[in-house]
Amino acid sequence: MNFSVLQFPGSNCDQDCVHVLKNVLGHNARLLWHKDTSLGDTDAVIVPGGFSYGDYLRTGAIARYSNIMAAVKQFADRGGLVLGICNGFQILCEAGLLPGALIRNKGITFRCEFVWLRTGNPDTPFTCKAPEGTLLRIPIAHGEGCYFADAETLKQMEANGQILWRYCDRHGNTTPESNPNGSLLNIAGICNAQKNVAGLMPHPERASEEILSGHDGRILLESMVQFLENRKRS
Amino acid sequence: MTKDPAITPELVAQHGITPEEYENILKILGREPNYTELGIFSVMWSEHCSYKNTKPLLKQFPTRSKKILVGAGEENAGIIDIGDNLAIAFKMESHNHPSAVEPFQGAATGVGGIIRDIFTMGARPICAMNSLRFGNLSSPEVQRLFRGVVGGIAHYGNCFGIPTIAGEVCFDDSYEGNPLVNAFCLGVLRHEQIARGAAKGIGNPVFYVGPATGRDGLAGAAFASQDLTEASAEQQRGAVQVGDPFMEKLVMEACLELLAAKDAVAGIQDMGAAGLTCSTCETAARAGTGIEIELSKVPQRATGMTPYEIMLSESQERMLIIVNKGHEAEVQRIFDKWDLPWSEIGVVTDTGHMVVKNHGQVVANIPAAKIANDSPVYHRDSKEPAYMQGVRAYRVDSLSDTTSPAKDLEMLLQTPTIASKNWVYRQYDHMVRDGSVVCPGSDAAVVRIKGDSLPTLPEGAAESVPAGIEKFIALSVDGNGVYVYLDPYEGSKTVVAECARNLACSGATPLGSTDNLNFGNPHNPELFFQLKESVRGLAEACAAFNAPVTGGNVSLYNQNPMGAIDPTPTLALVGLIEKKEHITTQWFKDEGDVIILLGDAVDSADPNLGLGGSAYLMAKHDVKNGLPPRCDLKKEKAVQDLTLECIRSGWIKSAHDCSEGGLAVCLAESCFSKNLALNTTVFKGAKIDLSGVKSLRLDALLFGETQSRIVVSTSADHAEQVLAKARAGSVTATVIGKVTGCCKAATLDITTATASTLSWSIPALHSLWWNALAQIMD
Repeated sequence: MNFSVLQFPGSNCDQDCVHVLKNVLGHNARLLWHKDTSLGDTDAVIVPGGFSYGDYLRTGAIARYSNIMAAVKQFADRGGLVLGICNGFQILCEAGLLPGALIRNKGITFRCEFVWLRTGNPDTPFTCKAPEGTLLRIPIAHGEGCYFADAETLKQMEANGQILWRYCDRHGNTTPESNPNGSLLNIAGICNAQKNVAGLMPHPERASEEILSGHDGRILLESMVQFLENRKRS
Repeated sequence: MTKDPAITPELVAQHGITPEEYENILKILGREPNYTELGIFSVMWSEHCSYKNTKPLLKQFPTRSKKILVGAGEENAGIIDIGDNLAIAFKMESHNHPSAVEPFQGAATGVGGIIRDIFTMGARPICAMNSLRFGNLSSPEVQRLFRGVVGGIAHYGNCFGIPTIAGEVCFDDSYEGNPLVNAFCLGVLRHEQIARGAAKGIGNPVFYVGPATGRDGLAGAAFASQDLTEASAEQQRGAVQVGDPFMEKLVMEACLELLAAKDAVAGIQDMGAAGLTCSTCETAARAGTGIEIELSKVPQRATGMTPYEIMLSESQERMLIIVNKGHEAEVQRIFDKWDLPWSEIGVVTDTGHMVVKNHGQVVANIPAAKIANDSPVYHRDSKEPAYMQGVRAYRVDSLSDTTSPAKDLEMLLQTPTIASKNWVYRQYDHMVRDGSVVCPGSDAAVVRIKGDSLPTLPEGAAESVPAGIEKFIALSVDGNGVYVYLDPYEGSKTVVAECARNLACSGATPLGSTDNLNFGNPHNPELFFQLKESVRGLAEACAAFNAPVTGGNVSLYNQNPMGAIDPTPTLALVGLIEKKEHITTQWFKDEGDVIILLGDAVDSADPNLGLGGSAYLMAKHDVKNGLPPRCDLKKEKAVQDLTLECIRSGWIKSAHDCSEGGLAVCLAESCFSKNLALNTTVFKGAKIDLSGVKSLRLDALLFGETQSRIVVSTSADHAEQVLAKARAGSVTATVIGKVTGCCKAATLDITTATASTLSWSIPALHSLWWNALAQIMD
């Protein structure tokens, strides 16, 4: 598969994403500069983590106006797969590709640690290799990861199977103690109504090799690959 | 424009220049300096830039080995060969004074400065560490400083995108009002990518890149070289710089890209302490050339800045680049791509002089090599501090042995210096860059270097390192101000020994070290004695562990109105782990594994039995006294070598060094330091039998800090092999117990000859240890 990883000024997980996609999973992955206007030959887009534009104004608020995001929007509108990780999730929300917003962690400070996630709807390109309820151990690293949306939106998202990952304890219970940032409904990641655009705060690219204390993150990336392979075949 | 003030003896004194130094300036210039020149001399000859009080001492450090490619003092950071055409650059530097005045920005810019030192060498920074000291954490003011410093480090490192992978934090009254912030950075590069900070090539253009110059951080280097008083802190608030990690990230990417442009860069240097002044003087001095710059071409943030202000500003994230003539367009192309300011501000000359012009008018003209290299050197008087006599006479016999060992361990695990630092490292992104193999929480951190960790190669250049290469680097930083206060020489040896022990526990052999000497005012002979003796100890120990010093930093004048800080040399050690399989952590692994203590349980020849200067003595008896544990370097080396050999033989499942809090703390930590995820700690129990160990005191056995001890665990099959190897190496090795059941019911049970069996619930101990800092800070 051909993955395109966006590179904004201040992106700092861009090289990690390329590393995992290329060296661990064996796909083509290349960086796309934010001033570019076209995605070229791309099967899926990754919007990586970091501090695009220094997080000035508001996380993701400036990146959404970059040249490349116009191309990403068109790509998504045509059904292309887009995954936003951490700052990438924030950018996709700001760009209106995903509902809701990410605000300052409830505990104010930045948090970096492994957390447990419970997978929701298995019927999406991002979860198809994880039966419902699959537990994933993946690290977070963010200061503004508290997911917020109005009650109506949350209701629709739940009904529509758009809540893909929730913070939980090691037994899969979505408790307040297992929620590291105060996200509503323990939401760690979601997708759009069409299920081709997803975003999550945890970093699957940091949990894709045993040497880095776990490889649960691969399930997510491999789901995308499986979906793309099936789509190409059909 | 305001007229420069006249040069008076008062003005000279205000610049921290002594009458003798002023005479020397007159001789170098052959005339009276003007105001700008006086400012330039003042920062270049500050301790921070010139090491004038410490140069003779620093010569004792071992600085060479076959692996050292760039040695101490040559450049902005040392560089060591790690094989396969790969090399690492690393250094540690302090930002103590700025952090005392403005903790958040002071610490943040400390991180920024050390990162620049690393990418200036052409290396891509891949991880950071820090060593921090604060006063008593029960004070709200100390909490404010602690919160600010940690927040500042997190802000800068996280946004820049570097994992802050290890560190240490200690709390002691002596740091009240004068916290220590020592920041370390390590980068990686190919041998042929080493960049030099030299203004080579007469006629080559000199570029300024990065954000505009403002009035922030005026003369910060001079500020850092004075006693810190309350009044000075208030006055000097303007000397603290403001950091922008986003800008630094862009500047780094652009600089590495430019360095990869074939033949474009002749020399590169960051503008750190003493800003434009230091970078121009030093680059010219290194190349034996001259340099001429025009200040009106320097991007400026404030209006009406004087030459004095522009030359002494410490605005952050700026670089000086000497470009090979004909490659100017490359600078323009790359820095425009990253939307960064750049300006051609001068030229390399053959005059040997640093000539500074403002709108064509010469405002400074100084022989570059003279100011950079002919700084004054002082051999200060030293006298053994009066308190040392009392320290030598002190005997722990004056205190009764403990009758409440169970409570003592609980108390020790909650003391802020020993308690888990998760409140700190949770705020640092310690995983970005996909290299964090052993994260904070074990004796040493381990980082993986992989092919894509490296700076970009020039277009079309062939790869010079083997495909799929992986290297594992272990890092640790250590310091023990109390030991060094009580015995500057012996205590400093211990600092190195403990750091090397941490590395051995992780499976690594030392490659080299960087040190940060945090001491008091060198004009005070008693304080200078501490410095002198400490360097002697550090130098001896660094040589013993084959850990040559590749650079570092000296921070003097660390005092508050109450007196000097405990003398605190901090040492960061970097080592190489030969194979992935050798990476070892401190937590117990499997039920039934045999626990072996390497080294003597108690140093019976030590009159204080390892309790002098111990955490136990301070926490329980409020006593900071007695000679600290002795550090026999030969014995220490033998224990470390044994540990490494056993690790490489595949026999060792866990290794943890005994340090603050002694054997009991070491065992408890081995039972509960493996953290899987949020609220998911892996608990192991341990059944320990020390009844065979002769000790005159129970507290010395459990909490004494006798040196050269490591607790290892091994499968039952390999225990005998470890013991046999120890015998062959003349190292005491004692089977002291077994790893027992896991989960919620895990207990640590210790049987001794004198007390009934002690038993602690591991989850309960863990909760005390894990939450202690959060309970104070949140």
